[in-house]
Amino acid sequence: MARNSHKNCSAMHWRRGYAGLLMAGLLGALSGAANAAWEINLQEPASALARRVYDLHTLLLWVIVVIFIGVFAVVAYSLVFHRKSKGHKAADFHENTKVEVAWTIVPLLILIAIAIPSTSALVQMRDTSQPDLTIKATGHQWKWNYEYLTGDAAGLKYMSVLATPRDQIENKAPKGEHYLLEVDRPLVVPVGKKVRMLLTASDVIHSWSVPAFAVKTDAVPGFLRDTWFRAEKEGTYRGQCSELCGKDHGFMPVVVEVVSAEKFAAWAADQKKTMAAASEDPAKVWKLDELVAHGEKVYTANCAACHQPTGQGLPPVFPALDGSKIVKGPKKDHLDRVMNGKPGTAMAAFAAQLSDTDVAAVVAYERNAWNNKLGEVIQPAEVKALRGK
Amino acid sequence: MQATQQVGAAGHHEDDSHGHGPTGLMRWITTTNHKDIGSMYLMFSFVMFLVGGAMSLIIRAELMSPGLQYVSPEFYNQMLTLHALIMVFGAIMPAFVGFANWMIPLMIGAPDMAFARMNNWSFWLLPPAAILLSASIFVPGGAAGTGWTLYPPLSIQMGMGMDMAIFAIHILGMSSIMGSINIVTTILNMRAPGMTLMKMPMFCWTWLVTGFLLIATMPILAGAVTMLLTDRHFGTSFFNAAGGGDPVLFQHIFWFFGHPEVYIIALPAFGVVSHVIPAFSRKRLFGYTSMVYAIAAIGLISFFVWAHHMYVTGIPLTGQLYFMYATMLIAVPTGVKVFNWVTTMWRGSLTFETPMLFALGFLVLFTIGGLTGVVLAMTAVDIQMQDTYYVVAHFHYVMVAGALFSAFAGLYYWLPKWTGHMYNEGLGKLHFWLSMIFFNVAFFPQHFLGLAGMPRRIPDYAQQFADFNMVSSIGAFGFGFSQLLVIVVVFQALRGGAKAAARPWEGARGLEWTVPSPAPHHTFEDPPAFDPAESEA
Amino acid sequence: MSHPASASRYFVPAPSHWPLVGSLALLLLASGAVLAMNSSTNGGFMLLGGGFAVLVTMLFGWFSRVIGESEGGSYNLHVDRSFRWAMAWFIFSEVMFFAAFFGALFYIRVLSVPELASPEQALLWEGFKNVWPSAGPAVKDAFTPMHAWGIPAINTLLLLSSGVTVTWAHWALVANKRQQLIVGLALTILLGLVFISLQAYEYAEAYSHLNLKMTTGVYGSTFYMLTGFHGFHVTLGVTMLTVILLRTIKGHFTSERHFAFEAVAWYWHFVDVVWLGLFIVVYWL
Ligand code: HEA
Ligand code: HEA
Ligand code: HEC
Ligand code: CUA
Ligand SMILES: [Cu+2]
Repeated sequence: MARNSHKNCSAMHWRRGYAGLLMAGLLGALSGAANAAWEINLQEPASALARRVYDLHTLLLWVIVVIFIGVFAVVAYSLVFHRKSKGHKAADFHENTKVEVAWTIVPLLILIAIAIPSTSALVQMRDTSQPDLTIKATGHQWKWNYEYLTGDAAGLKYMSVLATPRDQIENKAPKGEHYLLEVDRPLVVPVGKKVRMLLTASDVIHSWSVPAFAVKTDAVPGFLRDTWFRAEKEGTYRGQCSELCGKDHGFMPVVVEVVSAEKFAAWAADQKKTMAAASEDPAKVWKLDELVAHGEKVYTANCAACHQPTGQGLPPVFPALDGSKIVKGPKKDHLDRVMNGKPGTAMAAFAAQLSDTDVAAVVAYERNAWNNKLGEVIQPAEVKALRGK
Repeated sequence: MQATQQVGAAGHHEDDSHGHGPTGLMRWITTTNHKDIGSMYLMFSFVMFLVGGAMSLIIRAELMSPGLQYVSPEFYNQMLTLHALIMVFGAIMPAFVGFANWMIPLMIGAPDMAFARMNNWSFWLLPPAAILLSASIFVPGGAAGTGWTLYPPLSIQMGMGMDMAIFAIHILGMSSIMGSINIVTTILNMRAPGMTLMKMPMFCWTWLVTGFLLIATMPILAGAVTMLLTDRHFGTSFFNAAGGGDPVLFQHIFWFFGHPEVYIIALPAFGVVSHVIPAFSRKRLFGYTSMVYAIAAIGLISFFVWAHHMYVTGIPLTGQLYFMYATMLIAVPTGVKVFNWVTTMWRGSLTFETPMLFALGFLVLFTIGGLTGVVLAMTAVDIQMQDTYYVVAHFHYVMVAGALFSAFAGLYYWLPKWTGHMYNEGLGKLHFWLSMIFFNVAFFPQHFLGLAGMPRRIPDYAQQFADFNMVSSIGAFGFGFSQLLVIVVVFQALRGGAKAAARPWEGARGLEWTVPSPAPHHTFEDPPAFDPAESEA
Repeated sequence: MSHPASASRYFVPAPSHWPLVGSLALLLLASGAVLAMNSSTNGGFMLLGGGFAVLVTMLFGWFSRVIGESEGGSYNLHVDRSFRWAMAWFIFSEVMFFAAFFGALFYIRVLSVPELASPEQALLWEGFKNVWPSAGPAVKDAFTPMHAWGIPAINTLLLLSSGVTVTWAHWALVANKRQQLIVGLALTILLGLVFISLQAYEYAEAYSHLNLKMTTGVYGSTFYMLTGFHGFHVTLGVTMLTVILLRTIKGHFTSERHFAFEAVAWYWHFVDVVWLGLFIVVYWL
């Protein structure tokens, strides 16, 4: 019953598991019961604005419940007392200007009444002025890139990728507590500070959303949009990409870790140190095995989602790299495809996302992995020379 | 009045399948008879409903528990897209065009549709579109996996299945435009003498406005997908910021079509219910005039609210505020309609045959869906709900429990007229109660899922959503299999059963009940005398 | 000469296979187009060609039938009124089709290009200026936009005068002056043909000398989309006018009953008005 993810899916695929449906159902119910939530309302707000939205929704809920009960109380009365089986004779009226005017005006008044709090909440929500910290988030298929533009961590830039192992998704291992809502490196922000998020995307539209802060804004490629939040409590807050962005749209969580100002400063300093340590000397001349080892890491993080760890891809949409003409062809074309992508397909331009070393490494890896044993080395300097062309 | 139909057979009714004319399959393929074409529309739409429903069952099976079980994420997205496109364009819209074809000429006393031959084309354009859509699953790259909203740049990335969807939409658009021109012309030009606009049946009113909405918005959709096509293949940059365009532009154009579209689905449903409720209340429709104004107002306002689907795309604050207020306004005319229906029942003499049950189901569940629509209209709240299951719940309440239930109400209401036999009331009631219960089991929990933050369009989800998804899937399967009863009911009625009188429902009004059941192949070749007592007005 | 409206009943046509043929044509055209755009084989173009042939056959067969019915006196005034409603609604749908593209142009000029050039977007598109015509922030090739006061202005005059000639032809028809009617129609067609030729010349010029292509950012996109669909409609209009001319020569239409003529004239005026809109917002402003 487990899904075979390396095979291309087919329309037949789902039928295979049909018999096990009931079983799966039972199992699901049991495993569900372990962390049963039966949550029926908005998530616990973690900012003043989110609290406001929460209260607004509660208000609206009451308004519509009351309207519903009002209308259907009348219906229920008719249904019970005005039935033919009780011998009720139909009255003969079919117009009454007074009630008709009333039931036009009254809803209008109700609407005006609820428009007022909605308007002021919205105005507050859109006010992104005077932030304490500005962070740019870029959506890629299927990961977020965070870049700190101001504050202690200014200059820091990293990818945040789903951390749930494949085995859990494929039901080969028990699911963890934060199944699908965990990432390798969360966004870290200080508590109590107004954080302005600048959102954009590199390929398709994504949407950055954290329910506990009541933020959700689309990341539109080629445009910057902004939103803001001010977290009240330290802790970890989870959301998900909320705009269909292709095959792994469901696997693109947003995780925000809210820490104290001191911890944030310490974290920023620490990150900068590791970043400095990790930044390789671009002039370094790499040996093949080092390069391939580094390349495999880059590949797993950036390419495997589409081209699969086996290099078989998911044809025909995502081509296999194992045995690919481009990969086995001239270096230049291969580098060009990786750095500049192919417009109109899911193959993005990776030049902006990866360093010279990473590009060199991943290309070298592809040219030497699986059955592509070309034995070639590619140096960062070659990548550098191609940039800007 | 039957005598009127028999006289003067030497007229210009070339469509005469009693005598010469093709027989067998060719009869259906070449027919210009509105009743034949209406039946074909209805059958086609039911088949599409089963196909689209089967796709929704694939979706619900995958969502039954967390983890990936049966389908890959790509295939899930394709099912999602086709489910929606097939349900909206293949099932619901053709169903109501089918009702229009069958009933409008009968209701207004016309011999046929204004353009009987073009009417045939409107129908026969549907199969090519359906073929394109379903075949797209099997081409390299599969069907479009973009959701029915087809947003670029994702839709630019898709393979040739996307192009097939685009052309299917073009063809469906042609079909809808021709069908609507036909219906609108029929209503405006073919009413029996004495039946003024303000005396005609409510179903005709709803279709007049729906036809107008279709003629106005289908070309817009055609334009939008044409731009997608050239962006995909001819290097234009309408939706590409690098060339000065904007992906959000597509959303504006799509929703300029898409919002009126949801009322295209809802208005004919309102029309059907406006006949069924008075009939089983044995009382005239309350507030005919205000009903007409409400329909017109809904049609008009629906052009000015589209960006309520785009609150999180970063449109300016002023835009959000304007669209919020405009959207809320639609609750007023819709409310008028709800109150009119309620008052029609008030102090009536109610009975609860299957059509009435479905109409009541419609009333309750559509109101729930409408009220959650008002919650979504509030921008600040919608930002929490947008792209979550709350929205999915909202629109299944208005579309399944709204439009689909109303279509069933119409089916049971007019089936005796079509087949000449009464349907099996017991099975009808069973169908209603199963539908009512399972529908709510399937879709009510989705409100909770949405509030708790479960995004839509995902094949897999976090653990805290597991329980309600399980419930929802069970409901969906129950609901889906309950629909198979319709086949039984319709076949039974076609093959026999109690003979239906010309007017099988005591309280029903309208010219359609003045002709025998089953309605003869040709009716009203000469315009009938219009009896104001048959009018709801 | 056709008969006056004689039928007493509303005409309901006999069963016909043309709709099915039409659907088949569209299926062939659509599958052909899909293949042509997605694969390198010629199969797609062959399907396209086949589909087009079937479509033309269908249109010819169907309209012959309609013309026969009309000339045979099957259509009474009631049917005539239906035709009028239908043509009016059809033109309305065409207006909305163009509205989508005009709307896109409006959005791009008033909203998206200025926004891309605004300071808020400087982080992404440093240095991009809000000027129109624009090919967007990333298309760097220089191009020359189309100027209004050359060919486009001449084309405007051509179409405006063709509106006059078709009206003149209508007067002639009503006054039963056949000769004048034929001249008027022929002139209209001629003006249309010259318009199309100039348009084709303008496109060739744009591609070969001005570096103005479909791929020239949003300016190129909107320019070709709007003028292209308009040109396509002019071509359709000319074809329809030609049919009307041939029918006139065969002696169809009377001074009272000639809705086919009027429908085509309406359509021609619609094409004319769209051009005025184009001339103002695409070429001039
Ligand atoms: C038949 C189809 C149909 C109908 C009739 C409606 C009706 C309404 N819809 Fe819905 N809607 C859809 C189909 C429909 N919708 C679909 C398909 C989508 C999702 C598309 C997608 O993204 O895929 C959607 C999404 C959608 C959104 C976007 C959500 C999001 O994506 O974030 C919004 C937001 O404003 C909205 C609002 C409304 C409103 C205000 C109405 C109103 O017309 C409702 C009016 C009715 C009532 C209010 C009830 C009766 C009235 C009274 C009893 C009177 C008193 C009431 C008051 C005073 C409040 N709808
Ligand atoms: C009028 C339109 C309509 C109708 C009737 C339905 C009907 C149903 N819909 Fe659908 N739905 C949409 C319009 C509609 N939907 C739209 C527009 C979307 C949004 C898509 C997007 O995001 O782009 C959507 C999305 C959507 C989702 C969200 C998926 C996601 O976001 O990931 C779900 C999930 O539960 C769902 C479920 C269902 C179910 C269970 C039904 C049931 O009511 C169906 C019941 C019917 C049957 C089950 C058929 C019964 C047949 C059989 C049992 C036998 C089959 C046999 C043969 C084929 C021979 N729909
Ligand atoms: C979002 C999905 C996606 C990701 C992530 C991705 N690719 Fe691709 N890649 C594609 C697609 C789709 C194509 C096919 C493009 C086409 O139609 O030619 C492709 C094509 C290629 C090709 C050309 C193969 C051929 O035979 O045509 C190479 C090489 C390649 N990718 C390398 C990479 C590398 C290296 C990475 C990571 C740094 C990567 N890809 C990440 C989707 C992706
Ligand atoms: Cu990214 Cu959905
Ligand atoms: Cu809407």
